Amino acid sequence: MSTVGRRVLPGFGLGLGYTGMYLSMLVMIPLAACLLKAADLSWSEFWAAVWTPRAVAAYKLTFISSLLAAAINVVLGLIVAWTLVRYQFPGKRIVDALVDVPFALPTAVAGLVYASLYVENGWLGQFLVPIGIEGAYSRTGIVLVLVFTGFPFVVRTVQPVLEDLDAETEEAAAVLGANRWQTFYRVIVPNLIPPTLTGFTLAFARSIGEYGSVIFISSNMPYETEIAPVLIVSRLEEFAYKEAAAIAVLLLGFSFVMLVVINLLERWSRRHDR
Amino acid sequence: MARTIVLSGITIYVLAALAWVLTAGVVRDGGKVELLNVACDPTRELWRDLNGKFIDQYKNETGNDVTIRQSHGGSGSQARAVIDGLDADVVTLALWTDTDAVRKAGLIDPGWEQKPNKGSLPFTSTIVFVVRKGNPKKLHEWSDLARDDVQVITPNPKTSGNGKWSFLAMWGSVRHRGGSDAEALAFVTAVYEGVPILDTAARGATMTFSQKKKGDVHLTWENEAYLEVQESKDELEIVHPSESVLAEPHVAVVDRVVDRKGTRVVAEAYLNFLHEIEAQEIIAKHYYRPTHPLVKKQTASQFPQIKLFEAIPLLGPGWDEIQKRYFAEGGVFDQIRVGRRHK
Repeated sequence: MSTVGRRVLPGFGLGLGYTGMYLSMLVMIPLAACLLKAADLSWSEFWAAVWTPRAVAAYKLTFISSLLAAAINVVLGLIVAWTLVRYQFPGKRIVDALVDVPFALPTAVAGLVYASLYVENGWLGQFLVPIGIEGAYSRTGIVLVLVFTGFPFVVRTVQPVLEDLDAETEEAAAVLGANRWQTFYRVIVPNLIPPTLTGFTLAFARSIGEYGSVIFISSNMPYETEIAPVLIVSRLEEFAYKEAAAIAVLLLGFSFVMLVVINLLERWSRRHDR
Repeated sequence: MARTIVLSGITIYVLAALAWVLTAGVVRDGGKVELLNVACDPTRELWRDLNGKFIDQYKNETGNDVTIRQSHGGSGSQARAVIDGLDADVVTLALWTDTDAVRKAGLIDPGWEQKPNKGSLPFTSTIVFVVRKGNPKKLHEWSDLARDDVQVITPNPKTSGNGKWSFLAMWGSVRHRGGSDAEALAFVTAVYEGVPILDTAARGATMTFSQKKKGDVHLTWENEAYLEVQESKDELEIVHPSESVLAEPHVAVVDRVVDRKGTRVVAEAYLNFLHEIEAQEIIAKHYYRPTHPLVKKQTASQFPQIKLFEAIPLLGPGWDEIQKRYFAEGGVFDQIRVGRRHK
């Protein structure tokens, strides 16, 4: 079968050209500028800028809380997506629309609202703080807002896949003697792994760069609750552009490696597709 | 047909949105010659009033219309915007080092502190305490802040101009009384050990203190302290310590920009106007301390007479040295373990 006949729209050249231009203008050129800026530093200067005990503590906090938040989002997202696809209930469309709110709301607002809710005298904090749950000005708070900002990703990646799952496949499994657990585990789950991993990756990547919400709910203490983007801002305030770029490059490098690993995992999970 | 209408509708919408995006970001006040004043955050209302007055006065005196556009943001990020190409005719920033960074980029001629004819400092301010109503912790002097039972709210001096002035006020309060640098370090360390939250900007710290009710005392600019107390519905009050730092938010004409745009005359008239009595009265109304001797005298009752010490040479020979010594990477502030008392 010829592939030419299958093209709905002509213009491969135009499409590729546009893609290339778009990626260069919006992604590659800014990234290259950042790399170039950092490249003005010698190796020893670069390491001195990015590898201080305080910076290392900030990277750890940023990556661990981002991973944790993305993991929580996988659980929450799967439950929400499942509920929205498999059940009928009044107000379902409203709930469905609410899922996207974290994308629309300025994240600084989210940070402020969360902080006011979970602080000692806040609506939730007055009950939670006495039993030892400090949701504001703590690491818990950071994870909390990151879960908020990354929430829609898993739902929106899993939902369409779940909708497309044929009822027939499940029926076939049942006919072939699978019990409910086996149907879920052997038929549904394998289909959900790739979109879940994609959602996880997106939520994770989103969290690493998140600044607006975190600075309002974190106490921003060096070594404890200071995230890596705050370091970049403090270097910029000193007009130390190169050092700020160096930290950005390191964060990018870390993130890139982690994204590659997750992508490999996703590919491995699809190994039976073709 | 319907599709054409929808498509052209979408096209018009996108083009209009694009045009709007490309021209947005600054407020206009009507007129012909255009000045852009790139200012720091908390001065929004002050400049709105001053601009209105200047536009009227300039029209009366020269018959020319002038428009003043305002841009507001953190002092440091505003300076970076101008360095990176924002066409500011004048910069009115919170920190000397921010304005001087614009000079270092070659945009302002050296010696800007002496310009325009009456100096680059139309108003000053200082750092004061905002405390809970009735001052339950009895905080009156800087030395009270180091007490074990006191939590202090102040933003990170590395990311906030407000935080920098507060730090310098603390350090200076010891040095000004003849204390050594070692004593100053011990005092400042004790205060920061009682800082439970290190907000990155002044506005965040204000909310932490007034809305979320964290901490016993909030260190902030005098003019902001008045606004904070006004908005608190009688829950907060101001305490003036007997001495504090003289905060000097300088103004400057951006020489390269006004020469290119041909706006030097208006820009200089604008900054000179700030020193006139009408402008100085507006300045005092917004709780900034006026520098005109006459207005200073008239409004003296509004500003408690406290001893104001200058950061230079008390804390260092110049601003570059002060910035480097206290706030740069690995500087004094980085040695302090903030918030240790509250684990």
